[in-house]
Amino acid sequence: MKINGFWIGVLIVLALGYAFTFFVDNEFYFFAVYVVLQGLIMAVAWNVLGGFTGYVNFGSAGFFAVGVYTSIALNKAFALPLPLIIVASACICGLIGLGTGYLTLRLKGVYFAIATLAMAIVFETVANNWEYVGGAAGTYVLQPENSFFFDSYVEFLFMVMVILAVFATALSRYLSISKIGQGLAAIRDDETAAECMGVPTLRLKLISASIMGGLMGIAGAPFPFFISFVDPLSAFSLLIAVNAIAMPMIGGTAYWYGPVIGALLLGTIQEITTVTISSELNLLVVGSLLVAFITLAPQGIAGLIHDLKNGRQKAKDKSHG
Amino acid sequence: MAENILVVDQLTKKFGGFVALDSVSFELKENERLGLIGPNGSGKTTMINCVSGALFNDAGKVVFENQDITALPAFKRAKLGIARSFQIPKPFHSMSVIQNLLIPLEYAAWDRVDHHRLQEEAMEILELVGFQDRANENSASLTQVDMRKLELSRALAAKPKLLVSDEAMAGLSSSEVDEILEILFKLNDRGVAVIMIEHIMRAVTRFCERIVVLDAGKKIADDIAENVMKDPEVERAYLGE
Repeated sequence: MKINGFWIGVLIVLALGYAFTFFVDNEFYFFAVYVVLQGLIMAVAWNVLGGFTGYVNFGSAGFFAVGVYTSIALNKAFALPLPLIIVASACICGLIGLGTGYLTLRLKGVYFAIATLAMAIVFETVANNWEYVGGAAGTYVLQPENSFFFDSYVEFLFMVMVILAVFATALSRYLSISKIGQGLAAIRDDETAAECMGVPTLRLKLISASIMGGLMGIAGAPFPFFISFVDPLSAFSLLIAVNAIAMPMIGGTAYWYGPVIGALLLGTIQEITTVTISSELNLLVVGSLLVAFITLAPQGIAGLIHDLKNGRQKAKDKSHG
Repeated sequence: MAENILVVDQLTKKFGGFVALDSVSFELKENERLGLIGPNGSGKTTMINCVSGALFNDAGKVVFENQDITALPAFKRAKLGIARSFQIPKPFHSMSVIQNLLIPLEYAAWDRVDHHRLQEEAMEILELVGFQDRANENSASLTQVDMRKLELSRALAAKPKLLVSDEAMAGLSSSEVDEILEILFKLNDRGVAVIMIEHIMRAVTRFCERIVVLDAGKKIADDIAENVMKDPEVERAYLGE
């Protein structure tokens, strides 16, 4: 039942996305939705390691930037079509996720969080000094002429983002209900106990870090074509990094739909404030929402939904028993 | 004669300059009930950490069912059939009681259970412990004694051949101690060997066929309960000169 519901939802989203490219002419909407979806993929990616596995970290957004720069380098060197660049970027970021995971995942709690922050700074230093992709001065990336079946390249990018967002969500959902997801939840709750119950904790954490890296990579790969000019400041932007953490926190980290809800909500609010009030207010909006949720609903929106359902179930059980 | 299921041979564990275990050896036969006692800080928990794989020993070896497991990580030892419960209960607190049991069934016991009967297997274990009505309760909100029962049933769900119970009864009332003992006896009837670490002597003498006594990282006695209690060295370790 539930499985069918999810896949019907997927089809509806894809169809809506496609229809959107036909009926909407104002390019602003494509830009706005693109940003929201980019946040969604990053939120889902962060949540695989930070939420499911409980390894809260500040460095994940660094993998987004690695995806951005992989994309620039591949485009400059081989001028590959975007879908190939995305796949390559996912593989490279996944491998880097695996490698850095191997180095950092033996740390716990705050120590892990700080190690990942340091890792992101290392990435940024590399980007600043890598002349081939523009170095500190940045680089222009021209949109290719070929926009496949779409009227403009922006529409094409938009559709790519819709597909990637659906893919990321489906992967994270699959992960959370699979045996691997159960193992990750056990690690999050108590790593020592999990290991003693036969859960291969290091292997699962590495899988989790690789998936996080790969998904961050696919979020970053289309970015250079979207904004045309990339420098380390925009790829390692604080707002992007903060969003990747804030969205799952607000949506709820324990369930696959948490980061999706958080990203759609926060992303939309940000786009609206950017247009109606000012783009400077964005971070303030994120900050106040974060404070509100951490104090009032630490389990996020998904946690609230879950409690509500459970509460109803319990009330039902009581009236029956 | 039953076979040895576990052989600990000349095991040494140091923490920096402190020698927590000083070449301790003992064996355990299949289906045996062994008590491991000693004053605080004598190395009991370190010993079972080395047996279960939470810590690696510095010298000596651990042999389980004729296989040298000294270098195996904890999750592989769990797969072979060594399960432990923790002194301070460590439930998977975001999960319900039955989900807690599904983790070891899906991992430690995976090669030894029918993959389509995991739920039923978990329910059977909950029935054995008298927990069948609590299956869907949130594990974080259990009382102390129920937490201990969950800890034991989760260890059971790993389908162990050897269970190490680390102070499963500390802080429980006398009737609760009996409840836990009953569970351990039921387990033992099913062929599981048990190492019991405990300070409650009433439980140890009632349950264990043999007792190993540690003091300051050394084994000072290894005999049936009656003889161990009369041993002057054991008396000295507990009561002083």
